[in-house]
Amino acid sequence: MSQQTHVPHSAGEGQPENAPRRDPRLLATVASPSGWLQALRRNLRGGELGAVPVIVGLLLIAIVFQSMNDRFLSPQNLSNLTVQIAAVGLMTTGVIMVLLLGEIDLSIGSVSGLSAGVLAVLAVRHGVSEWVAIGAAVGVGLLVGLLHGFIFAKMGVPAFVVTLAGLLGWQGVHLYLMGGDGSINTSSSGPIAMLTQTYFVPVVGWFLVLLALVLYLVSVLTVERKRRLAGLPYKPLSEVLFRAVLLALPLVGGVWILNQYKGVPLAFLIFVGFVVVLDLVLRKTRYGRMVYAVGGSSEAARRAGINVDLIRISVFGIASTLAALGGVMLVSRNFAASVSTGGGAELMMAIAAAVIGGTSLFGGRGNAYSALLGGLVLGAITSGLLLLQMDTSVRFMITAAVLLIAVVLDAVSRRGRKTHARGGA
Amino acid sequence: MSTPVLELSGISKTFGAVKALTEVDFHVAPGEVVALLGDNGAGKSTLVKVIAGAHPADSGGAIYWDEQQVTIGAPADAQRLGIATIYQDLALCDNLDIVGNLFLGNERLHFPGTLDEVEMERRAVELLDSLSVSIPSLRVPVAALSGGQRQIIAIARSLLGQPRVVMLDEPTAALGVAQTAQVLDLIERLRDQGLGVVLISHNMADVRAVADRAVVLRLGRNAGDFPIATTSYEEIVAAITGASDNPVTRRSTRTGSSATATKDKE
Repeated sequence: MSQQTHVPHSAGEGQPENAPRRDPRLLATVASPSGWLQALRRNLRGGELGAVPVIVGLLLIAIVFQSMNDRFLSPQNLSNLTVQIAAVGLMTTGVIMVLLLGEIDLSIGSVSGLSAGVLAVLAVRHGVSEWVAIGAAVGVGLLVGLLHGFIFAKMGVPAFVVTLAGLLGWQGVHLYLMGGDGSINTSSSGPIAMLTQTYFVPVVGWFLVLLALVLYLVSVLTVERKRRLAGLPYKPLSEVLFRAVLLALPLVGGVWILNQYKGVPLAFLIFVGFVVVLDLVLRKTRYGRMVYAVGGSSEAARRAGINVDLIRISVFGIASTLAALGGVMLVSRNFAASVSTGGGAELMMAIAAAVIGGTSLFGGRGNAYSALLGGLVLGAITSGLLLLQMDTSVRFMITAAVLLIAVVLDAVSRRGRKTHARGGA
Repeated sequence: MSTPVLELSGISKTFGAVKALTEVDFHVAPGEVVALLGDNGAGKSTLVKVIAGAHPADSGGAIYWDEQQVTIGAPADAQRLGIATIYQDLALCDNLDIVGNLFLGNERLHFPGTLDEVEMERRAVELLDSLSVSIPSLRVPVAALSGGQRQIIAIARSLLGQPRVVMLDEPTAALGVAQTAQVLDLIERLRDQGLGVVLISHNMADVRAVADRAVVLRLGRNAGDFPIATTSYEEIVAAITGASDNPVTRRSTRTGSSATATKDKE
């Protein structure tokens, strides 16, 4: 959750007329870079790690791999990296929803494979229009997810078991659909291929950065102004601008690097788009609030009049839909659907990325951006080890170590939150 | 007495082979505090859950709201009618902040359907101020709050829905002296605003302090309905425990005191 943005800050000394009354017990954050640094240090010690460990990890990864192979930070490699993480990233975005409920979905790998199979069989073997085939593949994902959610919510079967059955069962359906073919090649020029082959000219990237920053500033300033008018604690302009600069740095840097190669890839944009939309849904809508509530305490949510079953079914539906979309991306990148699509490390990578990004396995804690951050970490490790021509075995071991570090950080920070009265879920 | 806002007649509830409630009648009027009393297992919680919609009643009885017969089959039904319930275990989401918990299931929205956090926080401040509650920040997860603070948040939450009947399950059980007084003040304020309050409590001091009427359940049946002002403590205890053969009368005979708890109501 975005605790950071919620922490009220005083206007400091010399308060204006309608300055909010503040509780004297609340530590004030001084509106200056050193003040923010102090607040950050307080948050870290209190277990509000936020995105800090992941960003530190990313920097470390970048430094280590760059020193071992100077092509690691080249625009071409970074551009490929963003396309590579899109498929599993979409799956991670769905997993995050399920993790927020405090549940787990083990079937997403198989569902992405099933979706890939449906897509290829329809588009190639039956000659259906590729757009229709994409729609059908994603629709199959939605139906599968709703079925999982229904069995879990209405029949009370643990999600772990339902999706474990799904893991096996949907892989079976996938193999059945593929028939004797080990793999079905898709067209290299249609809409499916376009998903991962399209890059936008530089001006589009810059326009998107500008749009994002303007939207961010306008929305934050509107809210802070409303808070000021309502007599609530609000952030001073300087802090809002400081945050905007922090947001602008990775956006501008990222687009600048991607533009040095072919431009911003469509696949990455789709991934980031889903992350942003999901983040807004989770933080700004009633539906998102309900998801967090069910993850925090399903009994409390039920008593508050929330239809817990409906939330659970819908979340599993969304998770499988995003997994199916991930499957479409996998086909697009490989120009083919094979019997092994989605059957490899995708499931583990998606769950690991969510946890590495900072979403708690214990439910109710986390945010959509962990898909992006966790995906980047795992993608960077994969890409770096490939550059160094390391074996898959090494990649698995290193990924496992990173995952363990992330879980340990999660557990330790939970303890920190408990002792610093920030609430350990 | 004014007409009841909520009236139950002949309500029964069976859990498997256990008959938790048998033909229970109950009513509460606007501006009235009704204490619901009974020993452990007497059916108090079951009755509350029937009214709150958590456990729909068996067929046979009838529930009237403003003298119209209604069915309460789910918590949402009760909420829509205007019945708010604060359970003993509070039912707060530890991972949500105070504002999030206050408005859970009842969020204020902007036009396109997004949460109006500013309006919610403003109303939360207003509400907590009116209850003289001071909490450093409304944006901390409720897991970080003390027991009394959590109780206040739970009660405050029920008031946001503009209920007409508020049911409190052991609201003072875990509270300190000052916080208990605060909660009792709060109950009186609710009554003065014309709400019907149902108070479940084992604390007879609290009951005598704020309740107008005491409805006693025993073994899932009505065991008396007493106006507090004209009923003695012993009479109520006798109704709760059942017969003249109870620990209180045994003790009073043993100690030779002239307690009048021996009066058998039936």
